[in-house]
Amino acid sequence: MARESLADIDVAGIVNGMDARRLGIYIVVTLFIAFFLAPLEAGILTAIKTDASISQTVPFLPPGADGVTAENVGTAFDQLYGSIINSLVMAIPATLITIVFASMAAYGLTMIDWRGQVGILVLFLIGVFVPYQAVIIPIDKFWYQVFPLAEMLEPVARLKLVEPGHLQLVPLTITHIAYGIPIVTVLFRGYYQSMPTSFIEAAKIDGKSLTSIYKDIVLPLSKPMFGVVFIYQFTQIYNEFLFSLTIIKYANATAATMTLVLSGIGASISGVDYGLRMAAAFLAALPTLVLYIAFSEQFAKGLQTGGA
Amino acid sequence: MATHEATGESVADSVGWRTKLRYVLNGDFVRSLPYWGIPFVIMGIAVYGGIGYNIAISLTDTAGIGPVDWSSLDLEMYSQALSEPSVHRAAVNTFVLLVAFTAICLVLGLFLAVLLDRQFRFKEQIQMIYLLPMSLSFVVTAKLWVWMYDAEFGVINVVLGLFGIDPINFLGNPSFSLAAIIFALIWQFSGYTMIVYLAGLRSIPGSQFEAAQIDGASTVRIYLRVIIPQLKAASVSAAVVLMVFALKTFTFLYALTGGYTPPKGTDILATLMMREAFNNVQWAYGAAIATMLLIMALGVISPYLYYQHKQGSL
Repeated sequence: MARESLADIDVAGIVNGMDARRLGIYIVVTLFIAFFLAPLEAGILTAIKTDASISQTVPFLPPGADGVTAENVGTAFDQLYGSIINSLVMAIPATLITIVFASMAAYGLTMIDWRGQVGILVLFLIGVFVPYQAVIIPIDKFWYQVFPLAEMLEPVARLKLVEPGHLQLVPLTITHIAYGIPIVTVLFRGYYQSMPTSFIEAAKIDGKSLTSIYKDIVLPLSKPMFGVVFIYQFTQIYNEFLFSLTIIKYANATAATMTLVLSGIGASISGVDYGLRMAAAFLAALPTLVLYIAFSEQFAKGLQTGGA
Repeated sequence: MATHEATGESVADSVGWRTKLRYVLNGDFVRSLPYWGIPFVIMGIAVYGGIGYNIAISLTDTAGIGPVDWSSLDLEMYSQALSEPSVHRAAVNTFVLLVAFTAICLVLGLFLAVLLDRQFRFKEQIQMIYLLPMSLSFVVTAKLWVWMYDAEFGVINVVLGLFGIDPINFLGNPSFSLAAIIFALIWQFSGYTMIVYLAGLRSIPGSQFEAAQIDGASTVRIYLRVIIPQLKAASVSAAVVLMVFALKTFTFLYALTGGYTPPKGTDILATLMMREAFNNVQWAYGAAIATMLLIMALGVISPYLYYQHKQGSL
């Protein structure tokens, strides 16, 4: 911070130079705002235009009064509503369970000193970076041939609590938990490493057990991190597509998630149903967009330590 | 002497095994096991079990519906893949995507970070706008960019039209399609590199900047000579994340067309693998390409992990 204000003061000496320079910076900053928002802005405007208006007006300019319609948003809502619920029903428990497991793993791998820790940690780190293509055929074979969990759970559906079609969300949730553990563990580990060790040393000397150290000291101290990790991992799971495609497979399945249904809306490049496509894209993105606008700082923190 | 020593040890062993056992049980390894053990097993089955299973399938000739056929195991799928022109094309596209996407994201992200690394109003909000695309699903951003690139009405062609350039069918023309996709992915990811670099810049003490300024260096020079060389660690980790992403970017390409066949000229190994396995049901062949992708990813990650280990930051 000191560096920045100092740079300003120094440049302020040459008043004209500073003005030109500041102006230049503002122009560049504004151009990049336009660059990053252009697809979103054009998309939102297209979503509320009539088909006629879409082909008559420039995509990034608002339509005339007679060119506005809520029809696309309505149609998109009808098509996507169920799948957004499915995505939430799957992503929220998946995120919470991943966080519990990963926090424990990170505690076991950070707070306690033992040899061989680095080896285990490297195995977790490779798990973060493995391209899912390298495990996607096994995921398909596992849930459909080796351990068809959704089929096995069908008796549960007879209790009339859930529709049988929704049971496919169970293997999908488990898959997300299993592949989410490495990255969330790495996120928690970074946080636990930066925590002051003096508390833990003192508690150890007091004869506290590892469990009570975890429950009474580490967990309360890591509350802000739980927020960061939840925002990060929920966004990842809600936005994920490859696992849904492999486990649920069809956009018209009862258990189809948001990304699966959205990918099929306006499937061909040459179609003209852009109004519907854009409306659907924004409805689908709404949960994560709201979360991002409310907690962008936590989201950025998660990215900085965890990666994309 | 030697025999005496040996018996001495074994006596100590038999006497002290209870103590030893108690020592091991109270050791940090065993006591920490309940914490990392279960997540480790779940993750291990999913990641390493999955990798092993994939390699095993790649050695068979499994295709079509039905269970995996383990009767003949060989490397035939690999030799077939290595001699296939479609694999060569996909490998070249993967490489171009990896290099161009990673390099431009790093440069643009660094530029944006330096741009915002000063005080002005709405700085936080601007940062938030630059990072916004990262919060969107690739399915969503693919839909947005199909519209942006539309040959008739898309924003890009409207803007190019202002400069008198005739409309270009970006996604339909193989000589533009890969560049167009790289551009869209850069739009989505440069905010990420910016955030990583901003964190790196924040960790550099302001006194260095001050000292260089007293020496009479210009701001540009200070960044080039003093500040940017210190961002090596941030660059390395961002580059690894970007490269691994570039290797596996399937979702964006799938969502562009809504199917396993991406726009002409943009087929990469990740899309080829998914198409062979799930569309053409050539499971063993797809698994072989998946293994090749894994090897490439490990080629990126291993030097990184070694570097991290040497830095003592593991």
